[in-house]
Amino acid sequence: MNFEMSDDRRMLADSLGRLLDDACGFEHRTKVAYEAPWHDPAMWSGLAELGLFHAFLSEDQGGFGGAGFDITCVFEPLGRALCPEPVLAQMMGLTLLATAGAETGPALDGTERLALAVDEPDAPWEPEAGSTEFRGGKVTGRKSVVYGGHVADRFLVAALADGKTALVSVAAGDASVTPYGMIDGGGASEVVFEEAPGEVLIADAGAAIADALDRGRLALAAEAVGAMDAALALFTDYLKTRKQFGRPIGTFQALQHRAVDLAIETEQARSIVIRAAAAMGTEAQGKAVAQAKALTGKIARLVAEETIQMQGGVAMTWEYPSSHYAKRLTMIDHQLGDAMFHTERLAKMV
Amino acid sequence: MDLSYSPEEQEFQDEVRAFLSEKLPGELSNKVRRGQELTKADYERWHAILNARGWLGGAWPKAYGGQGWSAIFQHIFEEECALAHAPRIVPFGLKMLGPVLMKFGTEAQRAEYLPRILDGTDWWCQGYSEPGAGSDLASLRTRAVRDGDHYIVNGQKTWTTLAQHANRIFCLVRTSTEGKPQEGISFLLMDLDSPGIEVRPIRLIEGGYEVNEVFLTDVRVPVGNLVGEENTGWTIAKYLLGHERSNIAMTGFSVAALDGLKKLARAVRRGGKPLIENPLFAARIAEVEMDLEAVRITNLRMLARAEKTGAPGPEASMLKIKGTVVRQALNDLARQALGPAAAPFPSEALEGNLALAPDGHAQAAASYFNNRKISIYGGSNEIQRNILAKGMLG
Ligand SMILES: Cc1cc2nc3c(=O)[nH]c(=O)nc-3n(C[C@H](O)[C@H](O)[C@H](O)COP(=O)(O)OP(=O)(O)OC[C@H]3O[C@@H](n4cnc5c(N)ncnc54)[C@H](O)[C@@H]3O)c2cc1C
Repeated sequence: MNFEMSDDRRMLADSLGRLLDDACGFEHRTKVAYEAPWHDPAMWSGLAELGLFHAFLSEDQGGFGGAGFDITCVFEPLGRALCPEPVLAQMMGLTLLATAGAETGPALDGTERLALAVDEPDAPWEPEAGSTEFRGGKVTGRKSVVYGGHVADRFLVAALADGKTALVSVAAGDASVTPYGMIDGGGASEVVFEEAPGEVLIADAGAAIADALDRGRLALAAEAVGAMDAALALFTDYLKTRKQFGRPIGTFQALQHRAVDLAIETEQARSIVIRAAAAMGTEAQGKAVAQAKALTGKIARLVAEETIQMQGGVAMTWEYPSSHYAKRLTMIDHQLGDAMFHTERLAKMV
Repeated sequence: MDLSYSPEEQEFQDEVRAFLSEKLPGELSNKVRRGQELTKADYERWHAILNARGWLGGAWPKAYGGQGWSAIFQHIFEEECALAHAPRIVPFGLKMLGPVLMKFGTEAQRAEYLPRILDGTDWWCQGYSEPGAGSDLASLRTRAVRDGDHYIVNGQKTWTTLAQHANRIFCLVRTSTEGKPQEGISFLLMDLDSPGIEVRPIRLIEGGYEVNEVFLTDVRVPVGNLVGEENTGWTIAKYLLGHERSNIAMTGFSVAALDGLKKLARAVRRGGKPLIENPLFAARIAEVEMDLEAVRITNLRMLARAEKTGAPGPEASMLKIKGTVVRQALNDLARQALGPAAAPFPSEALEGNLALAPDGHAQAAASYFNNRKISIYGGSNEIQRNILAKGMLG
């Protein structure tokens, strides 16, 4: 048994951490995350130059990674820095392009930005339940809260074609895109296709999309663990230094046990993410990913709520980074299926 | 046991309902229902409507322009207002300073300030907390030093709610450093436009501006603005805490929020069905609903007891804890119910055809984050538990 990260992954994670320290410091991050266009081209090209996107594909797909742990070793540092760049969308997009055997070069070097257009207003998190259609070479329908859609060059769209869910590529210029910012930073968009010319990448894409979504869920769970670590570090420092009634508030037992509970739960989150990363590509993938997404979703909200409560008013302010961790930790649960959604899936597997 | 209101109370409830349906402007109730920020003019408009009916200071004695409402009448009024999505009454003048002046103020102070609270001339804010004095309020350090007919005040207040709208502030200040910290605190009234006062906004987690820092540098305050005796400010502050017993549990807001949540869960779809048909989600609504039902009754039990004995008892702390937890749980479920649509910052881009959330719910995530404050301010839930533990275990 070995729980050490491989040297290659450690090197990538370390250089990513350093890049983010420089390029995604709190003030700069806050500006990028909450102001149009919710994106920093310099940060993006820095990530690409690091070879980040290559880590998402295997060697035969033109990358140098592609395993579950390649995803988690990247997304933990992204979570720690609250990086608002749409790396998740790029990762899922690349996975699908590679599965389809399509050209990945421009997306691997970051010059082409991808977004996965799956969710619809009445059918969140259910790629096969949407009503977007592909007929006669054209896509018609609306996709909602498309992460990364605010800067995407190309949409990979789940659309009904001949009774199956197909994956269709549509150039962003052929869609009507309404970009907006998110409450926890970063951007997304509403995307309306009206007879938009599209190219089918995968005709029967149910399994391929499900796999890409699983990889996305693993990434989000890892991002949550990174954000929990950073939030807890701030929290611990604050409880040790903030004094009321003549002593550090961290000496009150009413807070101590709850602080320890957060540490315990964060380790639970870390473990379930490791479990899921190891299960990628095996039969256990679906269940392990659902467990990781559901459990981290629950724990992330606990960490968000409790770090606010136990730090008091200061954690309610925009100026103190803790509040931004709390927002991200809470809203991660709204992406790619929340804890209830995945618990329900798991209940059917009991 | 009889859980129903008396005939007079029922009659009053009908009267309040009729008044609200006739006089509460739709623009205001829509904003409140949607969780949108109210402007200063919105609050002032609602205050004026209530004042015209004599209900703005309904709980005030008749001698001061009120109705002398019982605690139960006040509860009925506030619950009906919340259910109708009326703006909340800004409490600092009406529910805090007013009662303080009636009990501790001089005749001159009452005559000067009370009418101005009712007619909207003055907007008060509460200057208790400081950067170093939150839960441990008695450690506050803003100094007031006597200089002839004036105090010279230096220090800083923080978290001052809606100071940006206020023209006056009541402060706890340190007038002595001898003895216990509680014994050197005084209650002082100030004009916010006095030279030496600077108000700076604090942005909150969800992006809104409702609290401020207030910096006080050599502010000259006439000695006549002292309320009560020098060094008795702590007694006044404690009186106020004991006095404020209606609406601590905010059950009216929660009942309205529960209703909104059910409507929302009917309107949004998950797995091809309305979310409310999802047994996991429905069970979570059911759990909050039973808690809310119990809090409502605890609240009434406390009011009935307060009416008999004049003292709220430990239920006040219990209600603060349970009431805030229930309200936060409702906010949490509303945010969750929206799924992906909860995440966008509500913006103009997302109106009309592209609206993501059913009407009235675009702010669900913002309200959820903002309402984390309710278990922190006014004595955090930890401090309430300390109070209860002391009573229970010594
Ligand atoms: C939105 C908002 C509006 C506000 N409006 C006003 C206003 O208008 N006027 C005003 O004067 N103040 C206002 N406040 C201030 C509010 O009353 C304080 O935030 C509150 O008293 C807590 O103080 P603090 O934030 O400094 O936290 P701290 O006192 O530093 O507490 C931090 C944490 O430690 C816990 N803690 C502290 N002591 C103990 C203990 N002995 N045992 C166990 N746990 C403990 C607290 O419960 C909390 O979890 C407002 C606050 C907020 C967030």
